[in-house]
Amino acid sequence: MMPGRRFLLLLGAVAAGSVLSLQSHRINPYFLDVAVTVAINVILAVSLNLINGYTGQFSLGHAGFMAIGAYIAASTTMFWAPGLLPAASSPGFIGMAVFPAALLAGGLAAGLAGILVGAPSLRLKGDYLAIVTLGFGEIIRVIFRNLESVGGALGLNGIPACTNLFWTISMAALTIYAVTSMVHSTYGRGFTAVQDDEIAAEAIGINTTRYKITAFVVGAFFAGIAGGLYGHFKLSIDPRGFDFMKSIEIALMVILGGMGNTVGVIIAAILLTLLPELLRPVAEYRMMLYSFLLILLMLTCPQGLFQPRFFRRLLSPFLRGSAAPAEDPPRPA
Amino acid sequence: MRAHAHIGRWLGLGGLSAVLLFGCRPSPSGPDGAAEPIRVGEFASMTGKEAAFGQSSHKGTLLAIEEINAAGGVLGRPLHLITEDNQSKPGESATVVRKLISRERVVAVLGEVASGRSLEAAPICQQSRIPMISPSSTNPKVTEMGDCIFRVCFLDSFQGAALARFARQTLQSTRVAILSDAAAPYSVGLAAFFRERFLAGAGQVVAEQKYSSGDKDFKAQLTAIRAAQPEAIFVPGYYTEVGLIALQARQLGISVPLFGGDGWEAPELIQIAGTALEGNYYSTHFAPEVESTVAQNFVQKFTAKYGAAPDAIAALGYDSALLLADAIRRAGAAEGAPLRDAIASTRDFSGASGLTTIDPQRNARKSAVMITIRDGRFCYVQTITPEEALRNEPSPGP
Repeated sequence: MMPGRRFLLLLGAVAAGSVLSLQSHRINPYFLDVAVTVAINVILAVSLNLINGYTGQFSLGHAGFMAIGAYIAASTTMFWAPGLLPAASSPGFIGMAVFPAALLAGGLAAGLAGILVGAPSLRLKGDYLAIVTLGFGEIIRVIFRNLESVGGALGLNGIPACTNLFWTISMAALTIYAVTSMVHSTYGRGFTAVQDDEIAAEAIGINTTRYKITAFVVGAFFAGIAGGLYGHFKLSIDPRGFDFMKSIEIALMVILGGMGNTVGVIIAAILLTLLPELLRPVAEYRMMLYSFLLILLMLTCPQGLFQPRFFRRLLSPFLRGSAAPAEDPPRPA
Repeated sequence: MRAHAHIGRWLGLGGLSAVLLFGCRPSPSGPDGAAEPIRVGEFASMTGKEAAFGQSSHKGTLLAIEEINAAGGVLGRPLHLITEDNQSKPGESATVVRKLISRERVVAVLGEVASGRSLEAAPICQQSRIPMISPSSTNPKVTEMGDCIFRVCFLDSFQGAALARFARQTLQSTRVAILSDAAAPYSVGLAAFFRERFLAGAGQVVAEQKYSSGDKDFKAQLTAIRAAQPEAIFVPGYYTEVGLIALQARQLGISVPLFGGDGWEAPELIQIAGTALEGNYYSTHFAPEVESTVAQNFVQKFTAKYGAAPDAIAALGYDSALLLADAIRRAGAAEGAPLRDAIASTRDFSGASGLTTIDPQRNARKSAVMITIRDGRFCYVQTITPEEALRNEPSPGP
């Protein structure tokens, strides 16, 4: 795809987000909740896919980055902004001006933490790196649990409700845009090279260290933004919400979607968010059924949910003329 | 790059299906018959870490709803309880409460046991102005979230006062040591409230020691406490540590009574402590032995239905539903402002856990019961009313 077209898609998504956001009072709040959760999970999964999928660095600390973003963004809108600009603490001003800055602050703080985690990843691989990142996520959670100024074990409550469909859809589109543009640029081919064969990549002069750290920083940045959106949507954040189960949930979306397959990961994020909601009627058996479906999906689609060739054949009658599907080379999973 | 040429198409398709899925409006539910049920929402930790509490509370609530319906419902309409599980997970409560309010169109929401989960749901109920009644969240912040948020259990500030009164009056102690759990906000809070009231009652705190949830060895703290020669030891922790503390205190030859709060309440307490807790005391919301007709009726029906005696959380779950039904009856309407006002004006409502009055801060003013451990069983000792506990005079003392 041409970069121009990708950019147009981003603009289209932002426009769609603002239209939907203006109409959001017509949407049932429960559906709105699910839609926002879907978009936040898309951000988390696509950003983790850059680290786990494209660069091949198995990280289990994504919930930690999300927690940093959530706490920093919430602290910005709740304490720092009203402290710095006492006159400008009207809800409208916070929603329009402070909130984007808060999201950015949360993303940058998480990105900074990404450097801290990216650095040890130079020495560790595979399971060892997974354990280090898991430990990092837990440390972050325990730090926030013990910080009385942000609510301690009880969590931070009374966060202003700034998140709406516009911000979540725009941010999800921005994440997808940034990650796909990055990995499909000349520079970005290095991520895949690191994943495919690190030694070979180094031998041809690719600075693998820089690629790994870049992946962690960019991935963490968007996870931090997702955290900020999450906090300002749920209006309450609890350190227990960012435990390693959350990281596993996100990693699951990446694995199920297919490592290094953005479209597959987006579909997986949507599916894995909707599935538990659709299964609500079966009450106590919900999580059992959910886990069973996960096993089933993993067995039937081990290469990831989205396999372009299969879908293209399925849809070829509708797509004829717009593209030449048969000529596409098969993608390695 | 060709392989990703379909991204746009898929985004388009995804967006379209999302609009189709989310754009459709829910069909109005329920027939327009004469006895259309009143829809009551409940969110609880039915699965996950706190499932034991969530299940217990749900059993009580369910029993109350069945009982009300068997008696002909409220305002001639049956109550229909819709329960949603939040898996004890942060973030889930907000979603399920939005679902209860917007999809299920409930008139009121009952829940939760854990204060953290209640705090998530409270702003959403407040925003929609749907009354929410928490059965057993004791953290003060819960009801501060807005004028639609209520609770039917007492607060730790009251529990601390009741325990201070009990230590001074019943145990006749003037010298008390405190051993609290620094890692649990509940324990830290209860210890602070107790200290304040006990000092106001001319008592003396001779030693203060701390531990962290999960600790196994308390000998250092207990040795320091023994040296201070207290007449009683206040241990406002959870049963897991309290059992071990009691064992080790007896091993160290400390024979003065131990007493604590509702964190002690669990059958496991006696399994852990064995005979070490004989003759010690704790305060809680409800005791099966309380001789009121509502409580006895509740205990009897609960035991018949579930095959086990109810605990305090079940009693509070039961009371939250009964209080709501009572408020609907008094309001004469099952919705909006009249219902909220009726809940707010609840006075001396008689439930399984005693008389409940909702105060202007939407908290319950009610009695605490003291329990002692005798022959490996929990036995009722006395009831401490709010009037007694909060009477602001230095105790007469011997």
